[in-house]
Amino acid sequence: MKLIKTMAAAAALLAATQAGAQDDPVKVGFIYVGPIGDGGWTYEHDQARQAVEEHFGDQVETVYRESVPEGADAERAITQMALGGADLIFTTSFGFMDATINVAEKFPDVKFEHATGYKTAENVATYNARFYQGRAVLGHIAGSMTESNKVGYIGSFPIPEVIRGINSAFLHARKVNPDVEFNVVWAYTWFDPAKEADAAQALIEQGADVILQHTDSTAPLAAAEQAGDVIGFGQASDMAEYKPSPRVASIIDNWSPYYIDRVQAVIDGTWESHSVWQGIGDGTVEIGEITDAVPEDVRQEAADLRDRIGSGEYHPFTGPINKQDGSAWLAEGEVADDETLLGMDFYVEGMTGDIPN
Amino acid sequence: MIALVRRPAPSRLWTVLTPPLAVLATMVAGGLMFAALGKDPVLAIRTIFWDPLFGEFAFYYRGQLLVKAAPLILIAIGLSLGFRAGIWNIGAEGQYILGAITGGAVGLAFYPLDSWIVFPLMVVAGAFGGFLWAMIPALLKVKFRTNEILVSLLLVYVAEQLLAYMALGPLKNPEGQGFPGSRNLSQYDAAANNELIAGSGMHWGVVAAFIAVIAAYVLLNRHLTGYHIRLTGQAPRAARFAGVNPNLLTIFCLGTSGALAGLAGLFEVAGPAGQISIDFNVGYGFTAIIVAFLGRLHPVGILLAGLLMALTYIGGEAAQSQLGLPAAAIQAFQGMLLFFLLAVDMLTNYRLRFGRAQVA
Repeated sequence: MKLIKTMAAAAALLAATQAGAQDDPVKVGFIYVGPIGDGGWTYEHDQARQAVEEHFGDQVETVYRESVPEGADAERAITQMALGGADLIFTTSFGFMDATINVAEKFPDVKFEHATGYKTAENVATYNARFYQGRAVLGHIAGSMTESNKVGYIGSFPIPEVIRGINSAFLHARKVNPDVEFNVVWAYTWFDPAKEADAAQALIEQGADVILQHTDSTAPLAAAEQAGDVIGFGQASDMAEYKPSPRVASIIDNWSPYYIDRVQAVIDGTWESHSVWQGIGDGTVEIGEITDAVPEDVRQEAADLRDRIGSGEYHPFTGPINKQDGSAWLAEGEVADDETLLGMDFYVEGMTGDIPN
Repeated sequence: MIALVRRPAPSRLWTVLTPPLAVLATMVAGGLMFAALGKDPVLAIRTIFWDPLFGEFAFYYRGQLLVKAAPLILIAIGLSLGFRAGIWNIGAEGQYILGAITGGAVGLAFYPLDSWIVFPLMVVAGAFGGFLWAMIPALLKVKFRTNEILVSLLLVYVAEQLLAYMALGPLKNPEGQGFPGSRNLSQYDAAANNELIAGSGMHWGVVAAFIAVIAAYVLLNRHLTGYHIRLTGQAPRAARFAGVNPNLLTIFCLGTSGALAGLAGLFEVAGPAGQISIDFNVGYGFTAIIVAFLGRLHPVGILLAGLLMALTYIGGEAAQSQLGLPAAAIQAFQGMLLFFLLAVDMLTNYRLRFGRAQVA
């Protein structure tokens, strides 16, 4: 009985706070999977949060939680924010998907934005970036630069997002270097400097002289630096402290324009659920400075590739492309559709090794 | 000078007094740390220890406290039996994972059958999975005298790989668009371990934890096996003369703790977590070791310790999002609690003597 009373009181309280929301600053919450100092994925989301604060000043108030485990704890973290009066909550990792949907059901007046997922609801939008576009450019540089013809790739989880990146990088490395081989190591983590360093070390010992990573720390670059003649790329963030080598270029996520846009929509009362997938052309995916460690002609080709992808003139998945088992996927000139890309669970022809399954 | 003098027997008074003293010391030292980070220490301590229980949103947090404490208590109760007898199961995390896999797999196998029998079968399978995983170190110890600490600990890493394999392979959601992770069990009514009363946090795992506390209390105080466990821990030789079979005791203690950890895993995967995913386990099995010792290996102590540990988690999370405290500061705060507990613990076995130092 007492429980029901407190619940009722809380519901009334929530209703009251939400009714008064117009005058107060809009409260925007962020749930991060890693620490804000990871120098990669979470760092960039937090940069965008700061950009939101700067852009709107007193109109917004932001709160965040870092290092939230994907799983049972995520739901509580999101609920906590909703209870705390957040009007808009960005949940910035794939693993927060179910938790976001569950909490959104209980708080119909709060808006949710889930990064990289595929489940939407009336008050849950999803947003993602076409990282594979940037990875095509990195693949081009990797294929041109390798002398051992062995490229090491640190994968996080074998999910479509990551597999897409591997395929895109591989295709464009092969285009400039038919002998190149990719060696993929799965770290099963987004952020774990020790594991990432181990993976990089193992790849280097197997002869890789270029390391690509889809994990968020700078540890692989540190390993490359230590090894000497090995290069790598900034992931999610510029990782400029490793310039000019081993970090010869980077793929940067820039979430600021999107976040500012969506906060504006909440302020204006025009927010609606949607599912967007932005790329180089929208400014969400950027290629960081390509350093002098890369020969002039390769730098030029990479920049061209980036611009052609950005303008929409060229799609990184343009046929003819076969699947790993040799079966046909895309015919000559055919372009991959988003649905296949979003569910990609196969390697393209020429890749060695299996996707853990 | 202050000298340490060993007590002839552990002090009963200090056994009871040290945990609250450690909590108090943690509050002071933690407060200093928060102040050094530029936060109001009183507000931070209040947010961590007071608000989840009596604050504005306590109606939500109290339930979450139970959700977080239940697996810790359930696992710690099992561990405490072995710890009392000097049998060290350090691999509860692995048994927890196995319970989730076997119990969850049974539930998934019946999908979408809507029958009351599904959940009880999952519970049995979950306990059995944890039991079997614990039998590996138990039998190796009995047969080959291997060290159960190492074997059980290393099996955690095997279990984690198995979990990843299950989430990516056999148990992957066929409608999950290729993403790893099983179907969501909490959305499958016959298999769901949902709250028994909405908003209360009470799920079957919480009920099981309370039952385990009572059962362990009865076992240790009223039952011959409990007597054997206590005797073996205190005087192994005497225990042998009293007719205790050490092999059977090893199997009993590891088996029980494995089964309870497996149960905890099953209740978690069918309820709060919902699905078998690559990073389903968040360290309950390891934290439970701390809970067991914080609770003095006593069932009621473990109950309180589990709730306290849960409070530092829940309150710590609240402090992060409301006060902007870094996650690392909260972890350091929890670390302090254990550090102080161990430090103050010395007073149970030693007393301080003030005066001249003695020449050794």
